[in-house]
Amino acid sequence: MPQLDPAVWPTQLFWLALTFIALYLVVWRVALPRIADVLEARQRKLDDDLKKATALKEEAEIILAEYEKMRADAQASAHQELQATHDALKQEAARETQVLADKLSAQTDEAEARIAAAKTAALASLEGTVSEVVVAATEKLIGVKAGGEEVARVVGDVMGSKR
Amino acid sequence: MAEGGAHSPLEQFEIKGLFPARDHGDIGMLDFTNSSLMMVTTLVLISAFLILGMRRGALVPGRMQSLAEMSYEFIAGLISDTVGAEGRRYFPIVFTLFMFVLFGNLLGMLPYSFTFTSHIIVTFALAMIVFTGVTVLAIAKHGMHFFSFFVPPGAPIAMWPLLIPIEVISYLSRPISLSVRLFANMLAGHTLLKVIAGFIGLLGVFGILPFALVVALTGLEILIAFLQAYVFAILTCLYINDALHLH
Repeated sequence: MPQLDPAVWPTQLFWLALTFIALYLVVWRVALPRIADVLEARQRKLDDDLKKATALKEEAEIILAEYEKMRADAQASAHQELQATHDALKQEAARETQVLADKLSAQTDEAEARIAAAKTAALASLEGTVSEVVVAATEKLIGVKAGGEEVARVVGDVMGSKR
Repeated sequence: MAEGGAHSPLEQFEIKGLFPARDHGDIGMLDFTNSSLMMVTTLVLISAFLILGMRRGALVPGRMQSLAEMSYEFIAGLISDTVGAEGRRYFPIVFTLFMFVLFGNLLGMLPYSFTFTSHIIVTFALAMIVFTGVTVLAIAKHGMHFFSFFVPPGAPIAMWPLLIPIEVISYLSRPISLSVRLFANMLAGHTLLKVIAGFIGLLGVFGILPFALVVALTGLEILIAFLQAYVFAILTCLYINDALHLH
């Protein structure tokens, strides 16, 4: 077996030492720091981006909260305004109703007063007519010419009592 | 490839001088051999793989960069799993060992190439780097207390004369098991491939059967190439962990 021939050992050991030490230096001094740098830069970039994304998310949440608050405020003020308008209209309607009612009752009173006056006048003229009828009837029936004032008084009494 | 049974399946493991061209037996220490060629190729390929792969250092990696980063993170994960955070310092040496063994094994799978990890002297030298490094580390960290490593915790004193030699032998056999495991795997795999490949020509039409077997075994050998590099790296990590924490 060629492996067990000590004559070929020194050359292998020499070249092994040479190449292995060279490789160790390359790996240690050049290759690994380079890979470590790249990996670290990537990790940093990932962390940065994540941090940025978190910040943006927080900002978005603040804006959303502000928007929600504004929306709620607007809703409340709209509701308030609606209520105020509603109240004002109700008040106005009540006022107008009152005015109309006042006017109507005034007109009713006036009309009643007029009716009462007309009635009084009508009754007064009726008394006169009745007195004349009485005088004329008395004369025609019994030939007595009754005194005007007395008839008027009696008629007045009768009608007054009936009144 | 061997035509018939004329060549020994072990011939592939011969060390041949390239500069200057020499037969084995009178190969000088500084001679550039087929083994040296594969070691230098391994060095160049790993350097190119890591440096050219990371050339752009892109935020979103391409194919080669992904592979380089993957090998980095694979070994980094291995160390943090077995040793923990303080294992970071030993990352370069574990990474170098892993890549060197892995590329050596994989390059050996190329036809007509040479597998330098199939030589016990090479794997033993690599194992001795780990063994001496770990022992020096343990003594530097724990001083004389290091020798308590050979006393199993909680063992009754009456048992010490028996246990301490066992522990010492087990400790001293670490570089042997570490190197023989890799060497034997490579030796057996390549020999097996060669032996079975030898049947292809002998069996004529039925050579298709050993041929199919060689194809399947080549896949298995590539798996073993990865596996043995991984085993070498993880055992190195476990030894470092022992050196740092003793028990």
